[in-house]
Amino acid sequence: MRIVADYKHYKQLNEEVFQAVQAGVAELTLEDVNGQRFIADCLTGKLKIDIYGTPGNDLGMFMDGPTVTVFGNAQDGVGNTMSSGKIIIHGDGRDILGHSMRGGKIFVHGDVGYRVGIHMKTYKSNVPIIVAGGHAGDFLGEYMAGGMIIVLGIHNSAKKSEILGDWVATGQHGGAIYVRGNVDESKLGNGASQFPLTADDEIAVKKVLKEYCQVFGLDLESVVDSEFTKIAPLSHRPYAALYTSE
Amino acid sequence: MEMYSSVPEFRVVIDRQACRLCKRCIENCSFGALEWRDNKVKAFDDRCVACQRCVSMCPEDAIALRRMPSVMSAHPIWTENARRDVFTQSRTGAILLASTGNELHERVIFDNLLLDACQVTNPAIDPLREPIELRTYIGRKPRFVELEELGDSVRLKTELSPALRLEIPIMIAQMSYGAISLEAHEALARAAVMRGTTMGSGEGGLHKKLYPYADHIIVQVASGRFGVHPAYLKAGAAVEVKIGQGAKPGIGGHLPGTKITEEISEARMIPIGADAISPAPHHDIYSIEDLAQLVNSLKEATRYKKPVLVKIAAVHNVAAISSGICRAGADAIVIDGFRAGTGATPKVIRDNVGIPIELALASVDQRLREEGIRNETSIIASGTIRNSGDVAKAIALGADAVKIGTAALIALGCTVCKRCYTGKCAWGIATQEPELRSRLDPVEGAQRVSNLLLAWSIELKEILGAAGINSIESLRGNRDRLRGYGLDHTTLEILGVQPAGS
Amino acid sequence: MCSILGIVNENGKLFSANYIIEGISLMNERCNGLGGGFAAYGLYPEYKDYYALHILLKDVELKDQVTEMLKDYVNIYKDEEIETRNVERIPQDYTPWRFFVDVPERYTNDADNYIIDLAMKINSTGGALVISSGKNMGVFKAIGYPDEVAKLYKLDNYKAYMWLAHGRYPTNTRGWWGGAHPFSILDNSIVHNGEITSYGTNKRFLESYGYKCSYFTDSEVLAYLWDLLVRRHKLPIELASEVLAPPFWEQIERMPPERRRIIEALRMTYGPAMVNGPFGIVIANGSGLTGVAGNGTMVGLSDRIKLRPLICARKNDTTFMASEESAIKAVCKNPDNVWAPRAGEPTVAMVNGDV
Repeated sequence: MRIVADYKHYKQLNEEVFQAVQAGVAELTLEDVNGQRFIADCLTGKLKIDIYGTPGNDLGMFMDGPTVTVFGNAQDGVGNTMSSGKIIIHGDGRDILGHSMRGGKIFVHGDVGYRVGIHMKTYKSNVPIIVAGGHAGDFLGEYMAGGMIIVLGIHNSAKKSEILGDWVATGQHGGAIYVRGNVDESKLGNGASQFPLTADDEIAVKKVLKEYCQVFGLDLESVVDSEFTKIAPLSHRPYAALYTSE
Repeated sequence: MEMYSSVPEFRVVIDRQACRLCKRCIENCSFGALEWRDNKVKAFDDRCVACQRCVSMCPEDAIALRRMPSVMSAHPIWTENARRDVFTQSRTGAILLASTGNELHERVIFDNLLLDACQVTNPAIDPLREPIELRTYIGRKPRFVELEELGDSVRLKTELSPALRLEIPIMIAQMSYGAISLEAHEALARAAVMRGTTMGSGEGGLHKKLYPYADHIIVQVASGRFGVHPAYLKAGAAVEVKIGQGAKPGIGGHLPGTKITEEISEARMIPIGADAISPAPHHDIYSIEDLAQLVNSLKEATRYKKPVLVKIAAVHNVAAISSGICRAGADAIVIDGFRAGTGATPKVIRDNVGIPIELALASVDQRLREEGIRNETSIIASGTIRNSGDVAKAIALGADAVKIGTAALIALGCTVCKRCYTGKCAWGIATQEPELRSRLDPVEGAQRVSNLLLAWSIELKEILGAAGINSIESLRGNRDRLRGYGLDHTTLEILGVQPAGS
Repeated sequence: MCSILGIVNENGKLFSANYIIEGISLMNERCNGLGGGFAAYGLYPEYKDYYALHILLKDVELKDQVTEMLKDYVNIYKDEEIETRNVERIPQDYTPWRFFVDVPERYTNDADNYIIDLAMKINSTGGALVISSGKNMGVFKAIGYPDEVAKLYKLDNYKAYMWLAHGRYPTNTRGWWGGAHPFSILDNSIVHNGEITSYGTNKRFLESYGYKCSYFTDSEVLAYLWDLLVRRHKLPIELASEVLAPPFWEQIERMPPERRRIIEALRMTYGPAMVNGPFGIVIANGSGLTGVAGNGTMVGLSDRIKLRPLICARKNDTTFMASEESAIKAVCKNPDNVWAPRAGEPTVAMVNGDV
């Protein structure tokens, strides 16, 4: 089913999407989207939603299942507190992408903004995954409690010399960040450290990148043909000694 | 280096004649203050927190707790507490933790407010025989009602916003599963159902055992987003965004990994044993328009069927902030005063940040009225509501309803020993240890909380009846029925209350 | 709080207000109808040698009083009511008036400061508010959503080469005409998203340099800080940005030595001018400013830990800066380039054409 968003308010657009889903429509194409917020908010089940244009903030918030593809850039808050499903962005992502995400995947072709993957969590089989093809801003994986973030630095639209910003993984107490190339130690925030990749890490990264490369039509071998750096927490309880009582 | 360490606060006095050496007190002391030594019960005073568990469990009434006579030389400024804190921090180099509410500011403005009653000029109403209504709707109300004529009949055109229907204007506050035990959570939920009110999930998600009561549970969305998923949002009676709480405004929280048991891990949806960190801000709210965005995302998520509440701590600029929250689309604003309780907070924040609920409430209510938007949101006050008198006074100052936390826990058996953060609550409330939890029976506990709410409701009706008012609406914001006693001019002005005698 | 948008043509070509109105309106979700406003550069080419004072009069009778006061200090070349039409949701609290003035010859050496002093004098009389005082530019603002404010001022009649727009969501002060953005001083105008936590420190710092903060809002403070740093202290834009959004000490320690000395000096000197808390701002400078190259600039900047969004885009000779990409796309469907500038790193667009 095709819906032209044009200048519709998000309430109207999302209501139309909701009604279509209620009526059993499983594949939707949203055209001329520009700034409409909360698309796919709290939608569940095996839906396929293609978006042409620039969707507004909180795309796929609380989402549990659908696959959302954006042909363009996305705004802030993609996949906020999302449970499962997949969000594919053929352009750049912005700030707090994957905030408090606890499952599913977000694949971004280009750059991502600040505080990406902040407070991501793993729970049992739910392991949230973010892959960014370009550069990531400061505070990547802040408070990260679980899941996987991969930053490739290959589609770098902002032409940044560095793949990562500052304070990477500050307060990290779970999960892992994999970066294609070397990372200067000064980039890391409190609580995180660099580790060599284990065989398990390499297998896990390659598995995710295989899917990523398929999505964007990239050559897997040339992507993995580089050293990766792993950033992981020093402790699962970084603040254990912070408090006292009598 | 030898240093003086600390003076015990309490002395455990055991009547050796009466003690029949049954060891029940030892089994019951979760703080390790009693041990079996040399064939008798030995007390370690420095570990005693005066939780009264041993006292009430002793079959012979052989234990009594005494406050220690001070052995430190007295100083009016360098109190024993002040000195004790410095000793502790010089030993550990860490943030001082505390539980319950503000201990530094003893004065409660509610106690200086007096309620009114009818004499001669209009009749008091007898609440035991005549109807008095306490029902309260929490949510956005339209400014006016529009009707449509359809032939001979008229039809309601205005669509009302979703609202929470409360049979009493007293709600149970947000306390997370994790901060308190599952048994305590369940007891509070059952009590809310019994009395037609609501309890709050807190920020720790909802255990599956609680879902049957979810239509009386306000599910919280806090900065950690623990256990927030579609089913949770859709299950609750309403959704509450927690920005801050009175006991720790502007401060995040850490539930230590040691407390993340399997069941808590399931409710919070995080791994067992990992710290549950609640960031200080919501990282998707850095500004007021972001709050509007979160409120709207939750309304979208629940298809506009549930009210969305926003809770903030009473801070200096609370009136202006509340105006912004109201305009962000919040159906209710929960204001938590600076005396509000908590399981764990940095002591320096608990005792020094925020303002009293009475002043915050009065200024918010006034500000929203001045801006003509008071109807667009409900105001819920919390942070030291200790009895039905406080409830009545808060409502007269402008609250639609109040929330109680500590009072509900006391109903469950809490003795305010102020050691929630240890996780060793001897009464099975603020603990996750199976043996301690088993001390709290959720059904019995629910009955006690329900009794408390019932008692306060009857008292509220007495208060209303005495004032010649037969519905709680007529007390709401009715500051004419309050007088201040022993309050300074400025305080009275902020409260919008006349001095007694005027 | 708020939505911001700036559009500038770097060759100084004039374009209609419709673009900025359409773009800012797309972000109405970010504001609440309690303030909207625009700044436009290149408005008055015929009078471009005169300071254009846009003044809001609480009461139209105040006009004579203000005129008398102006006559004491400056030469009034021309004055007229700024045309408005009725817009339902906007209360008629003020009557906007424009005056074209110049400074008596003996003060021309220090004309800019003379005009600032005059504006502050008028503001402190109560009842009359100078909302802009630069040359060949003007500010239009009121209560309402930005599109309503545009309608009020008949902005569709105006063309400019540089536009700023703002939609407000007030938190600390009530919604009123004077509290709307942009804030403007001489040729500097600023639109701002966020609520700064250092207001008290910044305000007292500015007061020690003779500024009077009379609007109780963050944005006024930002406008004056920019004026102080760029116009009076002649800092290059890039370094003025480092003052407002300085690097952290640990970042400074990793800088090359000479750079480090400069940034350290700036932080130590201008510590109280650091703007803390969330902000995304767009600042426009008209022509004729000392210390600034070209015929005007537009600068976009966010706070040093990026607590507010800012997206930039370019299409041919036009640069866009906005809170949301969709606002840019609403008026420029296929930009050549869209990017998110780094926290604390200014994005600068220069106007090089003849304006």
